[in-house]
Amino acid sequence: MNLAQTQIGQVVTVTHVAGEGSFRRRLMELGLVPGTRVEVIGVAPLGDPLELLLRGSSLSIRRAEAEGVSVQLGEGSSAELAADAVGRSPSNGALAARGLARSAP
Amino acid sequence: MTQHEHTALSEREASVAQDTQRTPLCLLIGNPNTGKTTLFNRLTGQNARIGNYPGITVERRSGDLTLNAGGAERVVEVVDVPGAYSLSARSAEEQIALSAVLGWAENPRPDLCIVVVDAGQLARNLYLVTQLLELDVKVVVALNMIDEVRDNPPNAGELSRFLGVPCVATDARHGTGMSELQRAIGAALAHPERAALRIAYPPALEADLTRVSAALPSAWRESTARERALALWALTSIEQDDELQGVDPALRARCLEVRAQAGARDIDREVIATRYALIDAELPKLYPRLESHPKKRKTSERVDRVLLHPVFGFVIFIGLMLLMFQSLFSWSDPAIRLIEACTSLSANFVEAHVPESILRDLLTRGVIGGVGNVVVFLPQILLLFFCIGILEDSGYMARVAFLMDRIMKALGLHGRAFVPMLSGFACAVPAILATRTMERQRDRLLTMLVVPLMTCSARLPVYTLIIAALFPPSRVFGWLPVQGLLMIAMYLFSTFITLISAGVLGRTAVKGRRVPLILELPPYRMPSLSGTLSMMWRRAVMFLKEAGSGILVFTILLWALLSFPRPAHVDQPPPPVASSQHVPSPIEQSYGGRLGKAIEPALKPLGFDWKIGVGLIGAFAAREVFVSTLGLVYGIDDADENTTPLRDKIRQERRADGSPAYSPLMGLSLMVFFALSCQCMSTLMVVYRETRAIRWPLFMFGYMTTLAYAASLLVYQGGRLLGF
Repeated sequence: MNLAQTQIGQVVTVTHVAGEGSFRRRLMELGLVPGTRVEVIGVAPLGDPLELLLRGSSLSIRRAEAEGVSVQLGEGSSAELAADAVGRSPSNGALAARGLARSAP
Repeated sequence: MTQHEHTALSEREASVAQDTQRTPLCLLIGNPNTGKTTLFNRLTGQNARIGNYPGITVERRSGDLTLNAGGAERVVEVVDVPGAYSLSARSAEEQIALSAVLGWAENPRPDLCIVVVDAGQLARNLYLVTQLLELDVKVVVALNMIDEVRDNPPNAGELSRFLGVPCVATDARHGTGMSELQRAIGAALAHPERAALRIAYPPALEADLTRVSAALPSAWRESTARERALALWALTSIEQDDELQGVDPALRARCLEVRAQAGARDIDREVIATRYALIDAELPKLYPRLESHPKKRKTSERVDRVLLHPVFGFVIFIGLMLLMFQSLFSWSDPAIRLIEACTSLSANFVEAHVPESILRDLLTRGVIGGVGNVVVFLPQILLLFFCIGILEDSGYMARVAFLMDRIMKALGLHGRAFVPMLSGFACAVPAILATRTMERQRDRLLTMLVVPLMTCSARLPVYTLIIAALFPPSRVFGWLPVQGLLMIAMYLFSTFITLISAGVLGRTAVKGRRVPLILELPPYRMPSLSGTLSMMWRRAVMFLKEAGSGILVFTILLWALLSFPRPAHVDQPPPPVASSQHVPSPIEQSYGGRLGKAIEPALKPLGFDWKIGVGLIGAFAAREVFVSTLGLVYGIDDADENTTPLRDKIRQERRADGSPAYSPLMGLSLMVFFALSCQCMSTLMVVYRETRAIRWPLFMFGYMTTLAYAASLLVYQGGRLLGF
């Protein structure tokens, strides 16, 4: 199912983001990466756009673009998805969490 | 697995740090809706200098901040960078943030980036911060709007530890944390060291980065950290058809090659998900408790249940918009009348004290009239920006876009175009200035090009004169007044044409890439009066400075066109003549009058004679000037739309064969012409100032005049064929 097919009040988890290059990237940069919990807050009175809540922030996108965002109902096992996001193997995914390194001043 | 890496300062930067003579430059950067501009006003005391970024018409605001470090005062320049969610870019407009941060493309090189983050939305806001830290630039974080998360405040110390840069909790609206922020800025400027963030990406991506790094131009390789960050930027920004500027062809080719060879791997997702994974892992340490649905959002959602309600939402929306429109249309009237009265008082004063001469006419009709032509826009500009300030500040403007997006999308316009479009019914000049509330240049341009088609208040005197002179005050079905119906029809007609034109122009002349809507509905906030007032002031000053001189010059040129050459015997009393005999008025012999006669053959098919032609020329000063110019043609001084002699002259005007020269059909044709033509040099001047390109006002004049001519021709010739 995709984000445009959700009902108001539903909580879903992003599984995949499709779409044209730069816009898909922008959606992900705004937090819509696979594994993210999304709450559908509302729909504009004329039926478009949708209002979403993710990572504690509001985001409104049009139905046409929401159709490209595949979701599954519920909060999902986000760790698994996040690991999948980074590489296809869990060992690569684990890299991300430990990824911060810093130069000593 | 953790890699420690010492970031070596390049020699050049070390010398910059030591150079105390130079005014240090700080950038204020952050996501939209983080209170960046409020913070800017707090820091700089609203002494903003407004310009444009090099090579692009995006507003660049800068101001001076005086730091008080240990008794010694130090002035720092602060630049308010347009809000951005990310540094990755696909257009020159989105590239501004990166160019400003790195001092590219003729931008001065900044010494410090002050990143403003919304304390209630750290996850999304920190994304930009990680990008900046990867770039190896000096950063101070302002943890802003801290007052809105009192029940669950993020820990500034913990954030500072995580990012390795100073973080200061602030509340720019109320001025909390300003001295702490200033101290942090002073300390960061004095401290030459900084720490770059190195995020470990999946090995395959790291390999890609190495390959892209090898293709970076030498100017992009200042430090190992920056080289890597720019390789990342290039890999996630460069596309087959992007509109980026200054990208080296070899780098472009390499990025496209690497992306093509990635196969099933998803490079964008690898980059973005890794950054978010890093942020997500840290969030539990930053907030006392993790909330997926923060309290301040819940309050706003309750308000939205009413304001975005399918019925009440629209009722309130229409009510608010009517109120705004009413204020522009009616409440500005006393101020406009006062300005007009002052203008004519000054002109009378000069006329009483200066002997009659060309110079006196130049002073009264050219200079004083011209200044009046400029100042007369101020009441509507101030009122409109007051309304916009309140709408933006309260968070309702985003709801306007949200409510109207469905309709505006169909026209190819942005939801935020609604307010400028509505303002166009009052006056195109403030409406065009108001297009700045839109982020994209293409959206601004399209809105600017169609706004002058809306029936502005300057068209009303023209319609009033024509309707009163040429249409009988009869009623349809015994009760509907014809004259009132005509007026309403003109409004509907102009709205219809505006919407059609937006649809057509958006697919042709300003065909931009289809950009999907990304809207954020910020929490409702109490609007700040001082912020709104300062914005009104800035807009007004900017209008006077930028468009004022141009409007003045054009008023003088028009005056000259309609005043020279002067008739030889002005003082000679007009000989008593029969009404059929023609007495040339001074305006008829002027260049403008001759021009009117010269274009008569072109105007004839529309039903206009040379007198109307002269009126059309005069109307360039402002549409309502048509009335007084036509009055001058008929030898009536100071005519307005309610002047009976002028109406009578129009009714009595005869052709050579004795038939009435002006029929109701010609009146309709003339009104259609006025509805669509661009008879307003102030509009053209403001469009030129806003686009900084002469081709857009020329295009606007061209398309509107063509449209007006074609429509009038259709009305007049069609009407004649139908036997009117």
